[in-house]
Amino acid sequence: MENNTFLRNHSGEGQPLIRVAMKVVSPGALKQAFLKTARSFTRSLPILLGVFMLLSLAATLIPKGLYGRIFTGNQIFDPLIGALVGSVAGGNPVTSYIIGGELRLQGISMLAITAFILAWVTVGIIQLPAEALMLGRRFALVRNVVSFFSAVMIAILTVLALGWT
Amino acid sequence: MIGRIPEKVGGSGIFLLSISTIYVTLGIIDIQVVRNALWMLGGLILRISPVLALVFGIIFLTNLLFEAGGIVRMLGEGSGLRGWIFALLGGIISSGPIYMWYPLLGDLKEKGMRESLIAAFLYNRAIKIPLVPMMVHYFGWPFAVILSLYMVIFSVLNGLAVERLTEGRGR
Repeated sequence: MENNTFLRNHSGEGQPLIRVAMKVVSPGALKQAFLKTARSFTRSLPILLGVFMLLSLAATLIPKGLYGRIFTGNQIFDPLIGALVGSVAGGNPVTSYIIGGELRLQGISMLAITAFILAWVTVGIIQLPAEALMLGRRFALVRNVVSFFSAVMIAILTVLALGWT
Repeated sequence: MIGRIPEKVGGSGIFLLSISTIYVTLGIIDIQVVRNALWMLGGLILRISPVLALVFGIIFLTNLLFEAGGIVRMLGEGSGLRGWIFALLGGIISSGPIYMWYPLLGDLKEKGMRESLIAAFLYNRAIKIPLVPMMVHYFGWPFAVILSLYMVIFSVLNGLAVERLTEGRGR
């Protein structure tokens, strides 16, 4: 059994599968894993609740009609504005599609709309403090900055690929 | 005494306290805004509770079945292509808002998960298969397909860039 790779699990230095099965049914191991998870969750809950509160406040304070008034019609600035607005706003991706659809009807360029949709789902200014607390300040900052520029780059590449310029 | 408060409540407590202060201040200025925000908050918590339970379940199973050595092998430095596949597929199939996954990723990071894979996972959270019909409805099939492809490619590039830029730096 020791040499059978199929029966080896992923829990360290190649322990047999049977040990994992024993762990799953052992009340001690179950209790320990539950307490560890509960401790980790207790640490995260105030941060998550803070993000929920911020998102609810942003959704209440920012009127949906505001988005259309921000764009200038400039092909260079609009994608950046789109990515910036998408970064600050947040919520369900469906909302970004609906706003994107409305912006399209208003004649806003697809370059700006694509950057807006992408930044909405990949960059999170509102949840940045939470990301920094749980994943590290530098990681959160770098990831969001890189994602912001990626949103603009992907928008350009997508619009070019579709010939929508 | 007051100076010891940050020590006792920690970063997360200060964060929650700051936002509560914003609510209280806004409530003094315009109670209706806070009422609307709290109403929205209630709805948000109700919608998100199942995802929270799912994340709790995954962290519980990770704690039960995997030890740090296993996580490092699957998602650490030497995880290679398998690690990328886990991160990419995990990001695409995971549901709920991005911030719900921070506790799990923070936990996995402590156990040795690569930062590039965390970044790739978070980037792929943007690709939501159940929402593709909605995107197609608004922007068409070619847009949805090309955008999704670029997002997968950029999730890897993003991951590598983030790892490079945060290299050798702690929390």
